[in-house]
Amino acid sequence: MKITPQEVEHVAKLARLALDDAEREMFTRQLSDILAYVDKLNELDTSRVTPTSHVIPVQNVFRPDEVGESLPVEEALANSPAPEHNHHRVPKIVE
Amino acid sequence: MDLWELSLHEARELLHKGEISSRQLTEAFFQRIEAVEPRIHAFITLTKESALAEADQADDRRRREAAAPPLLGIPLAIKDLISTRGVKTTCGSRILDNYVPPYDATAMVKLRAQGAVFLGKTNMDEFAMGSSTETSHFGISRNPWDLQRVPGGSSGGSAACVAARQCSAALGSDTGGSIRQPAAFCGIVGLKPTYGRVSRYGLVAYASSLDQIGPMTREVRDTAILLEAISGHDPRDSTSAPFPVPPYESEMVRGAAGLRVGIPKEYFVAGMDREVEEAVRNSVETLEQLGMQVSEVSLPHTEYAVATYYLLATAEASSNLARYDGVKYGLRGGGDGDLPTMYMQTRSAGFGIEVKRRIMLGTYALSAGYYDAYYLKAQKVRTLIKEDFDQVFQTVDVIATPTAPMAAFKLGEKIGDPLQMYLSDIFTIPVNLAGLPGLVLPCGFTAAGLPVGLQLIGRPFEETVLLRAGYAFEQATEWHEKPAPV
Repeated sequence: MKITPQEVEHVAKLARLALDDAEREMFTRQLSDILAYVDKLNELDTSRVTPTSHVIPVQNVFRPDEVGESLPVEEALANSPAPEHNHHRVPKIVE
Repeated sequence: MDLWELSLHEARELLHKGEISSRQLTEAFFQRIEAVEPRIHAFITLTKESALAEADQADDRRRREAAAPPLLGIPLAIKDLISTRGVKTTCGSRILDNYVPPYDATAMVKLRAQGAVFLGKTNMDEFAMGSSTETSHFGISRNPWDLQRVPGGSSGGSAACVAARQCSAALGSDTGGSIRQPAAFCGIVGLKPTYGRVSRYGLVAYASSLDQIGPMTREVRDTAILLEAISGHDPRDSTSAPFPVPPYESEMVRGAAGLRVGIPKEYFVAGMDREVEEAVRNSVETLEQLGMQVSEVSLPHTEYAVATYYLLATAEASSNLARYDGVKYGLRGGGDGDLPTMYMQTRSAGFGIEVKRRIMLGTYALSAGYYDAYYLKAQKVRTLIKEDFDQVFQTVDVIATPTAPMAAFKLGEKIGDPLQMYLSDIFTIPVNLAGLPGLVLPCGFTAAGLPVGLQLIGRPFEETVLLRAGYAFEQATEWHEKPAPV
């Protein structure tokens, strides 16, 4: 399966990555190689196979709804790139 | 004898008898680190000051308490994607190069409760994405057996510092072989526990349905001790298994005679290194001499495992790594731009090329129009790979294989060709896809003096069986006794 530079650009947008020309060219080539390789999965007939998302069948795991300890605000904000008034400051998102 | 030469269990005995203190042991490891670390570069962060304080506390506690926990005063190294409260946890990435977790991973909580000493955080491929530790933002690590070769990856720093005797033991993590392949390349013991055996709380996520934390040690007994310490159910990880933790160390010595060992024919492939194959085949003969019953088995879907893994792991990664957006922690780019610009510039500047490549591949596999063809298809093949193992484990107790098709490769040899790098994980990946435990231990050397690792694979939650077989093998061989010539 060949992937085009336009598709690479589209996927980069979805992934919130800005690629320069060299990266776009390299990923176009490398992702095409990798996709050609993974196409070998099509050798297998899986029409009757159930997909596995987790090896251990995980059901909903509940716990009692009790108030417990949580991280103090100052610790939760200690790594913030732009803390302000107990919040994370981000660029304006509504006009 | 220098104290840094002691394995974990040897140090434990001497501490217990009062012949050495944790302070002396910890200082000895820092002397060793100062001597060899400039050549190896196994660590991203060293925590000497807090380690010496922890050692003093351990010595105090030993004077006060009659029954000391097994890891009291034992100096450990921790892979840098296991969250350590108050100590930088970078995941080998620029995007987290100043991130200091406000909490400990559950594995760390358990080790601290025993009074272990923490020497530092070890180097790794960025976000555990790699097989050579060459994708780290903080520079490469070198293999203590040959400084021109990789230590393997992604837990290459942990493997190298155990092999170079810079710690008693280390923790790594394994998503597609990241404990076992570097353990093999560095001539040490490494165990990937059954999925769900060890809590993933505080383990920075790469591919959540595959990731496990596990021990990396000099000897099988050390792995048993460390596994016992970190295993168990955790309410903070809904995928951790609510099963009791067996006394691995005392179970380990029960002997291995009578165990049925399967040798999968698909794991001896064309193009494999001849010396690696020979060392593994000789080891199988040793297992037979120890009274185990060896037979050939078949895992027919093995050849599809790498393709399956690189679709599923990257899909999970593309979702997990969406959290690095510059808002709550880590690097923020974008200057005065708008929110999408901030996201784009943060991620483009913060992630290295391999992480971007895997995010791209995973995003593509999950994107509209390709989900069924790639992601869903891979989930179905995952079922077939798991069923192969279910089938074989009806007739054998252990599967024995090589760990990688080659010994440690040269620095720079594969970094330019992602697909070749991915294919070096061919024998470890199926174990993660099926959620099984895998133990790797030294089983020989190539003519050039590079270590070879034997992989033993078991049924879910039968780590005990692997440790019994591994311990019997180790008792009968001397591969683990030879120190790396660093």
